[in-house]
Amino acid sequence: MDMAELQGKVCSILAENLSVPEDQVTPASRFQEDLDADSLDLVEAVLALEEEFGVSIPEEEMEGVKTVGQAIQLVAEKLGVAA
Amino acid sequence: MPGSAGRNGERRRVVLTGIGPVSPVGIGLDDFWGALVSGRSGISRIERFDTSDLPVHIAGEVKPFAPEDWVTPKEAKRTDRATHFAVAASKLAWKDAGEPSVDRARTGVFLSTGIGGLGSLLEQHRVFLDRGADRVSPFMVPMLMPNASAGHVAMAFGFTGPNECIVTACAAGAHAVGEAAMAIRDGMAEVCIAGGTEATILPLTVAGFAQMHALSRNPEPSTASRPFDRDRDGFVLSEGACCLVLEEAERAVGRGARIYAEVAGYGASADAYHITAPEPEGLGAIQAMLACLEDAGELPDAVDYVNAHGTSTQLNDAAETKAIKKALGDHAYRVAVSSTKSMTGHMLGAAGAVEAAVAALAIREGIIPPTVNLENPGDECDLDYVPKQARRTEVRLALSNSFGFGGQNAVLALRRFEP
Repeated sequence: MDMAELQGKVCSILAENLSVPEDQVTPASRFQEDLDADSLDLVEAVLALEEEFGVSIPEEEMEGVKTVGQAIQLVAEKLGVAA
Repeated sequence: MPGSAGRNGERRRVVLTGIGPVSPVGIGLDDFWGALVSGRSGISRIERFDTSDLPVHIAGEVKPFAPEDWVTPKEAKRTDRATHFAVAASKLAWKDAGEPSVDRARTGVFLSTGIGGLGSLLEQHRVFLDRGADRVSPFMVPMLMPNASAGHVAMAFGFTGPNECIVTACAAGAHAVGEAAMAIRDGMAEVCIAGGTEATILPLTVAGFAQMHALSRNPEPSTASRPFDRDRDGFVLSEGACCLVLEEAERAVGRGARIYAEVAGYGASADAYHITAPEPEGLGAIQAMLACLEDAGELPDAVDYVNAHGTSTQLNDAAETKAIKKALGDHAYRVAVSSTKSMTGHMLGAAGAVEAAVAALAIREGIIPPTVNLENPGDECDLDYVPKQARRTEVRLALSNSFGFGGQNAVLALRRFEP
């Protein structure tokens, strides 16, 4: 999987999980301001990402994650996908 | 005392101005009432899951029902089916009331349930067992809480007045209406959305109620719920919600609202006898009925119609019949008594609100919906149960009885509104 593919997948999972149209989810999207995701939404979204990619994202690693791009980066590091 | 203002002396009056049913016999007032006056049953074979390993295969499901018609797709995923029903019922009721303009801080929500979001709990319990603690949804708790629906209805409208969820099993909806009326009387609120919701047609609940011998084993959906009939053998599990809009009377008159009836009295009691079986002489029920009449400032002779709890269990229908006779004396034989559970099945925590609506509609429309499936009255069942066919007659004062597992009883008096 390359970065573009990963990005597409993460955006699509988040769109589905947060019930927002897929074209509204981009790396620049901010979870709270742009996607209307509160802290519980974020926990649920992380569960979905963990499930899909078979990775574990501990709570402390999610701290400071404000944008979809940051979440993509986090998953990319876990999977060893180069930017 | 008759003609007095009831136990509180001079007090504010409360009227019913909006009705929103989401039921197995119909969604919205027209379908709901149309079904009840024509004697149509809402019971059918369970379609939501496979029942082949269960002892009972029928229930009163709300169908078709699309949560997305009432809540956003995101909310639909993050709330239980009971909340979907509650929000739908509240929106229907509010629309029916003419979407009055209100002071949001003076508008309350009293929305009960018997059980709460059990389906959501079970789903997550399965996740927990199969996949572990760190897979459990963060939405599990806010989905399963019994009070979630009251919170979501408040959010849907922005109502910041008193917000409560009274959990009294099959009497919950009636307690909600009664307590909301008291809140308006006492000046805690001007307007309330009050009612109940339930969405617990699940394999586990079917199994649990069946183990209590509470459910009918009759395989024929439309005739299984047969209150007061000799061959009744249990209730039929149903789901749905009903919300009522209650308003302080002068306010409602002032805005030219359509008033279905006055919520004239409320009586509540406990059997203090057994956790599920009714007290055999109906003592708790009698106490609640008499307290309700006293609260309404009415004598037993003034009652025209009793919407019975009438679950179709052997125990309830016999004890309730005794209670009506004891509470109303000889007049009991002249009163029309019917159980609309014969058509809706038992909507548990929603039932009391549904049936308060029926009592109000009987007053407004001058029609008493029937007890369908009543072919041969049971031995101890010798009242006028309005068998099989609706009856056109004038109704001024109606009681609605609700008795819950737990021994909790609530009786509401609805009266034709005279300013």
